Amino acid sequence: MALLQMQRINIYALKKDRKQILELLQRKGVVEVRDMLKEDKVFNRSDVSHAKQIMEKNISTVNEALSILNNYVKENSSILSALEGRKELAVEVYDSFKEKYKPAVGTAKRIIELSKIIAENKAEVLRLQTQIEILTPWINLDIPLNFKGTKHTTGYIGILPNSWTLEEIYEKLAQFMPLNVDIISSSKEQTCIFVLCTKDNKDKVYETLRGMEFTLPSLSIDLSPSEQLEQVKKQVEEANNRIKAATDEMISYDKLRDELKFLLDYDTMRLEKYEVIGTLLQSKNVFIISGFIAEKDIKSLEEELTSRFDLAIETKEPRKKDDVPILYKNNGFSEPLEGTVNSFSPPGKGEMDPTMVMSLFYYALFGLMLSDAGYGFIIALACAIGLIKFRKTIEKPMKNTLKMYMFCGIATVFWGIIFSSYFGDIFDVVGKTFFGVTDLPVIPPVWFFPVEKPMLMLTFSMAIGLVHLLTGLAMKGYQLAMQRDYKGIIYDVVLWYILLISGVILLLSMEMVTGILGININIPSNVVTIAGILFALAAVGIILTNGRESKQPFKRILKGLYALYGISGYLSDVLSYSRLLALGLATGVIGSVINQMAAMAAKGALGPIIFTVIVIFGHALNLGINALGAYVHTNRLQYVEFFGKFYEGGGKEFKPFGINTKYYKIKESWKNGNIK
Amino acid sequence: MELIQNIIKSRRVGKMEILNDYGIVLALAGAVLAALIPGMASAKAVSMGGIAGAGVITEDPAQFGKVLILQLLPGTQGIYGLLIAFITLSQIGILGGEGDISFVKGALYFAACLPMIIVGYTSAVRQANASVASIGVVAKRPDQFGKAMIFPAMVETYAILALLISMLAVNGVSGLSI
Repeated sequence: MALLQMQRINIYALKKDRKQILELLQRKGVVEVRDMLKEDKVFNRSDVSHAKQIMEKNISTVNEALSILNNYVKENSSILSALEGRKELAVEVYDSFKEKYKPAVGTAKRIIELSKIIAENKAEVLRLQTQIEILTPWINLDIPLNFKGTKHTTGYIGILPNSWTLEEIYEKLAQFMPLNVDIISSSKEQTCIFVLCTKDNKDKVYETLRGMEFTLPSLSIDLSPSEQLEQVKKQVEEANNRIKAATDEMISYDKLRDELKFLLDYDTMRLEKYEVIGTLLQSKNVFIISGFIAEKDIKSLEEELTSRFDLAIETKEPRKKDDVPILYKNNGFSEPLEGTVNSFSPPGKGEMDPTMVMSLFYYALFGLMLSDAGYGFIIALACAIGLIKFRKTIEKPMKNTLKMYMFCGIATVFWGIIFSSYFGDIFDVVGKTFFGVTDLPVIPPVWFFPVEKPMLMLTFSMAIGLVHLLTGLAMKGYQLAMQRDYKGIIYDVVLWYILLISGVILLLSMEMVTGILGININIPSNVVTIAGILFALAAVGIILTNGRESKQPFKRILKGLYALYGISGYLSDVLSYSRLLALGLATGVIGSVINQMAAMAAKGALGPIIFTVIVIFGHALNLGINALGAYVHTNRLQYVEFFGKFYEGGGKEFKPFGINTKYYKIKESWKNGNIK
Repeated sequence: MELIQNIIKSRRVGKMEILNDYGIVLALAGAVLAALIPGMASAKAVSMGGIAGAGVITEDPAQFGKVLILQLLPGTQGIYGLLIAFITLSQIGILGGEGDISFVKGALYFAACLPMIIVGYTSAVRQANASVASIGVVAKRPDQFGKAMIFPAMVETYAILALLISMLAVNGVSGLSI
């Protein structure tokens, strides 16, 4: 339940060691570099935008090449590969990559080029195929399509729409004899004809033909159609060959895929390094790195750096106005929820890390909403298998996700046993349907069945809500104590505690409330009286103090009254926890309905098989939907109800200068808590 | 005509017993509408999310998981409606329970289903609007998924409250002997 103490760090070193020092820092990943120092006459920053541009271009080239390659050769990757994490490589591999760098970039460029060649040739094939379509009807014509005639004759080659017989055509052209008409080919849609007439009649013949909707072919070539067709087919074959060659070459690059991936990572790392270089202050021979480091990492980094290079390291407490980055320190139980806190917002100035306290409630609330031992067991088991199977290579974020769901699953099993829900009521249904068990329920609940006593469950849900909210309020008190705002503790926390607790006692003393909730508590009358007095005192106290930032007394009282009105907020917050009941019942009832439907369908010899299929399918669906609901609403209860009481966030996550690659990570011979 | 005559006849006796045959009709109408109307709304709501999500996926397929969750969020109203329908059916003699439902009891079942029917309908579509907006957030800033998810979840609260009241009411009605 804590944040790591951060320190400002300045490293002064010689420029000749810059590459090695930066690469070492990058592999360590323990320093967040910030440009906190000002430029002066001696020290200034260098412009690295040109180098960065080259690398950014390379990265996008390689990304494109990899995605193209993936279209031609699918990479074998299973769903589980996400769990495997990045491959580990020794520093030497990284250092020796320099020689392979240029060829790898060449390969990436070539892959993109090849994909262009393939696309161009595919377009060419398409174009040629339309030519073939146009030419095919003319295949029997033994003169070129652009034949215009001889010395005394004029030839017309073209198409008439619809089908025509020779007689019909001659009939139309009879007055212009002598002439010759040949039908080259004929179909329902068109008739290809060749008309030869004397030169004197050529215009009239053309006009008549136009009257018959005669059109010229859309191709004009010097070769006869059959020769031309032959040629086009040859061109198609050539284009196809080019496509095949390019595809083959492309496939051959599958071997180099790893190299491309490494190139991508290599340039990603270099890009990050150059971004850092851009923030460094440099003189002719010296450069300064400034940034933040966790106090616990200082010693090992100092040893490592001073043993290898000539440099000076200076660390000091962060200044008050520094925007110090946040690095959490939690045990294995709470650590998985750091991400959940981060996605709300890391703790701001003067705030504590809420992860530890939140984790207790988080798992419990998730379990209560899903509340089925069977589902919980499946979730926990699946996550545990993933964690064990990939324990060596799994990446930290994935590991935390799995761990979070594993703990959620365990909590779900716990609540499932308390309320006796095992895949709905599967034991009862199976017992009744297949074994004739009459002594139901087979497994009685440790406490009670929520379906039978929903009001009790509602009371329990709201009680948990109240505990959750009061814990939030206590956290506020703790935070105020850290800020040494002791007045604030009394006015904003203690008074509210008295108000809320005495209020609850007063409510419980009313018959109407206990009647609704279906509980039976006898509160001694003097306790009720005391609670009443305390409630009134606390209310007056809040009215007087909670508007204390206003100097004007009238305004102050009004603000205080408004603050007291905030008690309605507590009411709606507590009611919000009724979702624990609603979602818990939803899981259980839908589960029972699935079992009931399966039991109804399970008749005859195939009964058990049908039963099993329906049960597996139904429960998978129910598990998916309700786990989603439980996850979303647990987050909501934490973010809105719990954090609303004390937590605002606004801090900055610690983003160390490190190796943020996609496929590989570099293994340092020297181990550190932060590099895994 | 016969029905009216019967009613007149029952008036004469001073009771409306004949209407009691129709109690089950009202109860079933409540159950069916609880499955039908929130179901319709959720179908519309999920499709709205799907349309917005498909656009995001064309640009960035890696966001599929997040977008899917946001799309599914307004789908729960249909499931809550189904839940109320099942609870009701299992108490009015159709999927179990006593089949002898008086007119008043049938009307009570119908009324008990109303919160889920009405709030289920309106909240699903409203939640889908929030979901679509949150999908937009994920498209631009995938790292803000945690916050984006809360906006539709806020809307769902009211569907859950309606579910709660319908569930308690249906359960309560079955205990009444009228």
